[in-house]
Amino acid sequence: MELYLDLVSQPCRSVFLFAKAVGIPFQFKRVELAAGQQYSEDFGKVSVIRKVPVMKDGSFVLTESVAILQYLVQKHRSSVADHWYPADLQQRARVNEYLSWQHMNLRTHGSKVFLLRAMFPLIMGSEVPKDKMDAALEDLTQSLDLLEEKFLQNKPFIIGDKLSLADLVAVVEIMQPVGCGLDAFEGRVKLIAWRERVKKELGEKLFDEAHESIMAVSSLPQTMQSNTQLAMLIPKFQKLFK
Amino acid sequence: MELYLDLFSQPCRSVYIFASKNNIPFEFKKVSLMEGEQYGEEFGKINLIRKLPALRDGDFCLAESIAILLYLAEKFKTPDFWYPADLYQRACINEYLSWQHTAIRLHGSKMFWLRLLIPKVLGVDVPQDKLDSALEDLNGSLKLLEEKFIQDKPFIAGDNISLADLVAIVEVMQPVGSGLDVFEGRPKLSAWRDRVQVAIGKELFDDAHQSLLGAQESVTLMDTSKMQFLKPKILKLFM
Repeated sequence: MELYLDLVSQPCRSVFLFAKAVGIPFQFKRVELAAGQQYSEDFGKVSVIRKVPVMKDGSFVLTESVAILQYLVQKHRSSVADHWYPADLQQRARVNEYLSWQHMNLRTHGSKVFLLRAMFPLIMGSEVPKDKMDAALEDLTQSLDLLEEKFLQNKPFIIGDKLSLADLVAVVEIMQPVGCGLDAFEGRVKLIAWRERVKKELGEKLFDEAHESIMAVSSLPQTMQSNTQLAMLIPKFQKLFK
Repeated sequence: MELYLDLFSQPCRSVYIFASKNNIPFEFKKVSLMEGEQYGEEFGKINLIRKLPALRDGDFCLAESIAILLYLAEKFKTPDFWYPADLYQRACINEYLSWQHTAIRLHGSKMFWLRLLIPKVLGVDVPQDKLDSALEDLNGSLKLLEEKFIQDKPFIAGDNISLADLVAIVEVMQPVGSGLDVFEGRPKLSAWRDRVQVAIGKELFDDAHQSLLGAQESVTLMDTSKMQFLKPKILKLFM
């Protein structure tokens, strides 16, 4: 099985962490986003959507991290512990509820904060306007509030006593703004305690390994500068930043 | 079991159609989005996220249409084709259900708001460049729906309708409610829509889409003052 990944990307991290944590062997195929490799001809043959992660299992190609995670759980059912994606109807529904909600909430807002801080000056040639940054931070705050108040509440993990795909997908998204110097966990005692539990379950070494790229993201602008695809990327980012 | 719904909303329609088609008994609890009923105290107890649809099954409350559809399919053991047990077919459906959130769902919704609700209900003019940009995004998503997800197959997962087609069709219909015929000039998409309608049953399909398709007229009769408190939030989101 091949996994096309760039660990700067949150959904790539969740897939990477899961496969490693449960011991599913795979070949790591790096697609460097900052260098525009997702626009290469070769990668276009793998996935026309030109996003990461992508899984290639034999001749079967699958995009979308949530779908990839669900596929891996189902395929390796006999060796993957139940808690990741429980067979129990209501528990599974809780995982699905989180995995669905997060796309347009924590994922969107965490990404936006990260992109504004890490990419705006490079793409737009000026500092991020304060009101834009404040609006993005407000949205992120609301998502983090909902994560704490609705999804976690007073439980150790999202579905209760055990770690699941929901916690994995959540934690990698919160780490994104952290990577550009914004400690999204600051002042959130409950969330910090949850993060530490998740880290412990996954293995600290593995967690840190997965987050190495994002924590060293200060080198991103230099890679972007030499990116021959930068001209193509600029309008896409400009649209996002408007 | 209670389903909290407003058929103006796409994810409410997919849940409504699925439950109705499979004869799943439920009490239809109407929550009027245009009147801000999702912000009421009672509804907050059902769903803290304050969105629709929501399900209450005994003590168990669930939000998110995708989660609700999967829950209903499993609990009521609906026919396999809706969410096949087959690894590859299921993966194709999951891929669509994941992709659509930030693609067709987002772009179809935006079109509906920009063309109809923002000008007609909130009374705010929408600049042409915003409409053009939204249309460009929508066209991009529709192109991917046709070329990557449907391709030359009858339905997204192959020979049979599934949750993917159901979730797709309600989203593709949303801009239609604002007077934009997305099927025009798209024979492949139109043919797929026809197949989906037959598989669901035209009567049920039309029943589910009645509110939406009457939207252009019904918004002119609406008490728009109730929506005004939503204005800053909506403008931030779409403009």
